[in-house]
Amino acid sequence: MIETEKLTRCYGPLTAVDSLTLRAEPGQVLGLLGPNGAGKSTAMRMIAGFLAPTSGTARVCGHDVRREPLAARKALGYLPEGAPGYVEMTVREFLTFIARVRSVGGDKGYRRFEEVISRLQLDEVLDQPIGQLSKGLRRRVGLAQAILHNPPVLMLDEPTDGLDPNQKHSVRMLIDAMARDRTILISTHLLEEVHALCNRVAIIANGRLLADATPAELEKRSRYHGAVSFSAAGSGVSREMLARIPQVASVEVDPLDGRVTVFPREGRPILEDVQNLLRTQNLEVSEIQLERGRLDEVFRHITTSHGQGASA
Amino acid sequence: MNAIFAVARRELLSYFVTPVAYVFLVIFLVLAGLLTFYAGDFYDRGLADLQPFFDVHPWLYLVLVPAVSMPMWAEERSSGTIELMLTLPITITQAMIAKFLAAWVFLGFALMLTFPIWITVNYLGDPDNGVIFASYLGSWLMSGCFLAIGACMSAATRSQIVAFILTAAVCFLLLLAGQPQVLDFFQDALPGRVIGALGQLSITRHAASIARGVLDLRDVTYFVASIVAWLAAGIVLIDLKRSR
Repeated sequence: MIETEKLTRCYGPLTAVDSLTLRAEPGQVLGLLGPNGAGKSTAMRMIAGFLAPTSGTARVCGHDVRREPLAARKALGYLPEGAPGYVEMTVREFLTFIARVRSVGGDKGYRRFEEVISRLQLDEVLDQPIGQLSKGLRRRVGLAQAILHNPPVLMLDEPTDGLDPNQKHSVRMLIDAMARDRTILISTHLLEEVHALCNRVAIIANGRLLADATPAELEKRSRYHGAVSFSAAGSGVSREMLARIPQVASVEVDPLDGRVTVFPREGRPILEDVQNLLRTQNLEVSEIQLERGRLDEVFRHITTSHGQGASA
Repeated sequence: MNAIFAVARRELLSYFVTPVAYVFLVIFLVLAGLLTFYAGDFYDRGLADLQPFFDVHPWLYLVLVPAVSMPMWAEERSSGTIELMLTLPITITQAMIAKFLAAWVFLGFALMLTFPIWITVNYLGDPDNGVIFASYLGSWLMSGCFLAIGACMSAATRSQIVAFILTAAVCFLLLLAGQPQVLDFFQDALPGRVIGALGQLSITRHAASIARGVLDLRDVTYFVASIVAWLAAGIVLIDLKRSR
């Protein structure tokens, strides 16, 4: 479990993290989402014990990072941003070093070592220096380092940043597989990641928590939630007719591909009405879709409206 | 304890993975030999002892120890691995002790490799080997003092070059403070007690005891206290940087 309590960090006059109160429980993958410079990494660094909070505190499995830093760090697996590693060491040397410091030894430690290596597919590069590895491999070594001691809490700072789509997929599969009985906190600025991984999202900007909800709840806040969009030949005629449906708030046509999006009034279902209309108009519809809502739009709305509010 | 040992071991191995250790050892041995024979009049004195050899050690350490200590924390900071190190279940004090021990063992190893000169002096005459042994121990202790200063300076910056220069400058001042010329210069300006204290604070006086092979409790206390004080200062610096 990870809890933060009014966690605050100032750099001189700048407040990087501002009274952040969060809670992540076992089985949860909490995504810390925010624009670059929102304070995600700073918050994680304080939870990991690398930075001291200016005020407030954080607890990892009930261990206060200020009062019991070692107990908190033992319970935590942490992948710092950019997955730093000692470049002159081979993967084997590096992971052995981590195992020693974390007292993961003996037969059990050896089995765990083998398990982690095969899970992250590091067998082939075990004896290569970390400095010679590709970005994706380095990230995997960083993940191996974080999960070597089988921690109940895992904190990953931008785990898929800079990876190619295949590597992203494999890292996500891994996180997903580990999520069942652990508390996982990941930071990201990629919205696709939230869909793929998280069952809860905390949106932060300028160090402040702006939203804490499930991805589905966030999607509901989108203007696009419940909207119907379709592509049809010669759809220009139908536009006024669509707008005449009582539940429809507005109709937009994409000037580039001619795709029509019909927005409902406040949470009304409109799919059936739209479909009926299209059928009676005998329009050739090549594809029709009920929108779940667009996270990117919600994200932009939440983070920028806050920014304007702050500057006004 | 395990953690200290693991970190120390990693640090020590890291010296030998890159050519740094070998370059250092070669330069150290060559300079130790050259300075002893040319600057120390090893032959012309006609005495079978190693005093000229130990006399040059402070000056040798002045240049070479900062090179060993400069990566200690500065490299971790510039490469970002410090975030990894300080989020492992290990305290800053433990990490500092581990890093210091690793570098100190390395310096001890370098010192041990000067053994041919000990053999030489035994071949040429009949030296007091007890004195030489005491001088070796004292010299190692003194190198620890230089090293602790370096550890503190390395903790203060992310640039290894800055760490090197700061360390060399502080060590140089500490050596200089005890030179008779410097003490004479301040003779009129400062009261005698201050001059005396200045001399005691300097490494020079204690280094001289080492070269003579007469280490008394005051010298040992001076070096041990210096090591502890500089390492503690380094630990405070790292902790300050966590919250600044």
